[in-house]
Amino acid sequence: MTIRSSMFNDAPLLHIDGEMTIYTAALLQQQLQVYIAQYSELELNLSQVSEIDSAGLQLLVAAKRQANSQGAVLRLTGHSPAVLEVFDLCNMAAFFGDPLIIPDVSHG
Amino acid sequence: MSLNLDQALQTFIAEAYELLEDMEACLLQLENNPADLDAIGAIFRAAHTIKGSAGLFGLEPVVSFTHVVEDVLDRLRAGDIVISRELIALLLECGDHIHYLVDVVAVRSQQPDAAATEREAGLRQRLQCYRQTSVSEAVTASPDISTVRQENSNSFDLWHISVRFGTEVLRNGMDPLAFLRYLNSIGQIIRITTLADSMPDLSQMDAESCYLGFEIGYQSDASKATIADAFEFVRDDCQLHILPPHSKTEHYIELINNLPEQAALLGELLVASGALTLQELEDGLQQQVDTTLKPATPLGEILIEQRFVEPELVKAALEKQSQIQEHKSKESRFVRVQADKLDELISLVGELVIAGAGANLLAKACQDETLYEATSTVTALVEQIRDGALRLRMVPIGDTFNRFQRVVRDVSHELEKQIELQISGADTELDKTVVEKISDPLMHLLRNAMDHGIESPAARLAAGKSATGVLKLNAYHDSGSIVIEIADDGAGLNTERILQKARERGLVAATAQPSEQEIYNLIFEPGFSTANAITSLSGRGVGMDVVKRNITALRGTVDLSSAAGQGTKVRIRLPLTLAIIDGFLVGVGDASYVVPLDMVQECIELADDNKAAAEPRHYINLRGEVLPLVFLHQHFNTGGGQRRRQNVVVVKNADQKAGLVVDELQGEFQTVIKPLGKLFSNLRSISGSTILGNGKVALILDVPSLIQQLAQQQVQPRLALQTPALRN
Repeated sequence: MTIRSSMFNDAPLLHIDGEMTIYTAALLQQQLQVYIAQYSELELNLSQVSEIDSAGLQLLVAAKRQANSQGAVLRLTGHSPAVLEVFDLCNMAAFFGDPLIIPDVSHG
Repeated sequence: MSLNLDQALQTFIAEAYELLEDMEACLLQLENNPADLDAIGAIFRAAHTIKGSAGLFGLEPVVSFTHVVEDVLDRLRAGDIVISRELIALLLECGDHIHYLVDVVAVRSQQPDAAATEREAGLRQRLQCYRQTSVSEAVTASPDISTVRQENSNSFDLWHISVRFGTEVLRNGMDPLAFLRYLNSIGQIIRITTLADSMPDLSQMDAESCYLGFEIGYQSDASKATIADAFEFVRDDCQLHILPPHSKTEHYIELINNLPEQAALLGELLVASGALTLQELEDGLQQQVDTTLKPATPLGEILIEQRFVEPELVKAALEKQSQIQEHKSKESRFVRVQADKLDELISLVGELVIAGAGANLLAKACQDETLYEATSTVTALVEQIRDGALRLRMVPIGDTFNRFQRVVRDVSHELEKQIELQISGADTELDKTVVEKISDPLMHLLRNAMDHGIESPAARLAAGKSATGVLKLNAYHDSGSIVIEIADDGAGLNTERILQKARERGLVAATAQPSEQEIYNLIFEPGFSTANAITSLSGRGVGMDVVKRNITALRGTVDLSSAAGQGTKVRIRLPLTLAIIDGFLVGVGDASYVVPLDMVQECIELADDNKAAAEPRHYINLRGEVLPLVFLHQHFNTGGGQRRRQNVVVVKNADQKAGLVVDELQGEFQTVIKPLGKLFSNLRSISGSTILGNGKVALILDVPSLIQQLAQQQVQPRLALQTPALRN
């Protein structure tokens, strides 16, 4: 997994590339913590997430909570199919509240 | 946790191999009988178990690939996709790949190599078709049904599953999401709320601990046991509450009370899910407040007290429990023991046998009756121990045979022949070390039979046979050895061509006229092949000689019979064990020899009149039969004077009988076989040595090879003299 960061209108845009699983969770936690502590607004692009498991999911939940408690805004965007499947499975879309792009069903 | 992971891993590996074998067997069964739901279930369970336990050890490549396979199997089980030959072939390949992954990842703790990754990608892609088909089918077919279902499902038709995963779950290689997916495969999650209330702040949390919990409204026809089974792999590591449909309000309240989250929050959840009305919730909570002053009742008692579960559920649970118990007791009937421990035991028993024989001899010499009696009791017990110890190593040959089903299937596809493998005598037991070593030669013989023996369907039909060739594997016990037969109903051996080839290669002199049997034996000569075309399977001329060498190394023999147009039969004869045998001790001059007792038929005295006739012509008349004789005295050129009175030990191997002329019959003797050194490896007629009670060495006679030598000796004089001997 790699995290690419760029700045967009003074807010960092983080691209997560690869798996968000138990194997990468610790690293991701560290990074997210740093960014959330520094900025009041940030975007997490999930379009390149190949795989997400419970560890990845709960990390997103923790990050969202952390941001909320600090009055910061954490937006999740570009959910990859893997992320969408998990959000759907756990009914978490409402919790995050970010707009989701539902893919064409026929492509599964 | 001081669990010995390495040992557990070994168990996992052994289990995984067994499961894969089962899986393969079931798949092959399925090929013959596609409607066999039990087989599908068994295959699914095998994959499921492998995935689950691989997860425990963090064998990610195994888990991820097996998961895909399991997915397809699950759809197969649910009837979403239909079993087909292609799917079976694909699943067989997947089984092989899982086997490879377990091999590489678990046994050698390496990562799969590039070729394997490529293969896996290919398999995944092919599996994907089956997954996608099912998805699109589901999409086209199910919308109506699912909407109807949802309309019908008011809360009371739903199970309520409440699960809080333990913090270690992720580290143990489990993914809670996988359980949800599994639930969706045996029912439908109608409502779900994900809870992470126990999760600390981002900065405080441990990213590798699990903090998740789920409240699930679940629709399924499955029993409570089945639903609970979904969580089997984390049962010890999670809080699981399953409320059946139509549970009473109190029970929901009870549940709320038993969960770590705030009552109000859960109450809201349940109200939201329609399980409770707001009024019911408030009443319930109020009651709860009233009773909290009393000491807390353990959950189990509450369950009983409040008839928490429906009677049929209790029954189901009890049944399940007794099943588990049964399973456990079945498991405990087997103990896994390391093979070298067994070997050590057997070699100790061997020493015990020798020491016992020594004690016995001394007791005899002392002429003290009570001492003699005591030692003979000990000897009898030692004999039983020996038999028991050797039986520990005996395994049925069936497992080895069944493995060939797959080989036959693959090879027949490759050769585009239709071949059916018939197995009989699978229960026949033999020593484990022999089983392991016989597997390769058998495989070779099978391949040979399929490649050269059985004809193409067209040729078979032309010859008036059914298009499907039959390959028979049979095993049985016969006088102290095990016989394995491989028979095909193919074209048979072409003796003329074998002879021609043999002459070309100079194996047979141009003028010699070998018998049919001798011609057959030629194919076991090194570098001999009659195949016109070299295929990937056989025909390179390496093989049959190796087969023969391997079998000979096991002190076994191989022979072959064939009938043109009707097929070929290869018969392998192996000793049951390699360690200790019951022997019959005979004296020749100063030396002692051991004849394996199983081969001894009878002992007769070589009477003087008989003897005079027997000596020049080397056979006697045994109740009307011709019994060829071996005069061991001359054969081994033993020192010491020949006794006046001699005996004949009649031995039998395969269907041949012979008489061994000896001086003295010394009786039964437990023989611990000590292999002969390399120096003696070319020695014929002797298969090993043993140590007698008095410390002397006795040689063990190799009866099959003695008989063979005899047969060869007899052929030559008979050819020279023609028949005068027969007239006597």
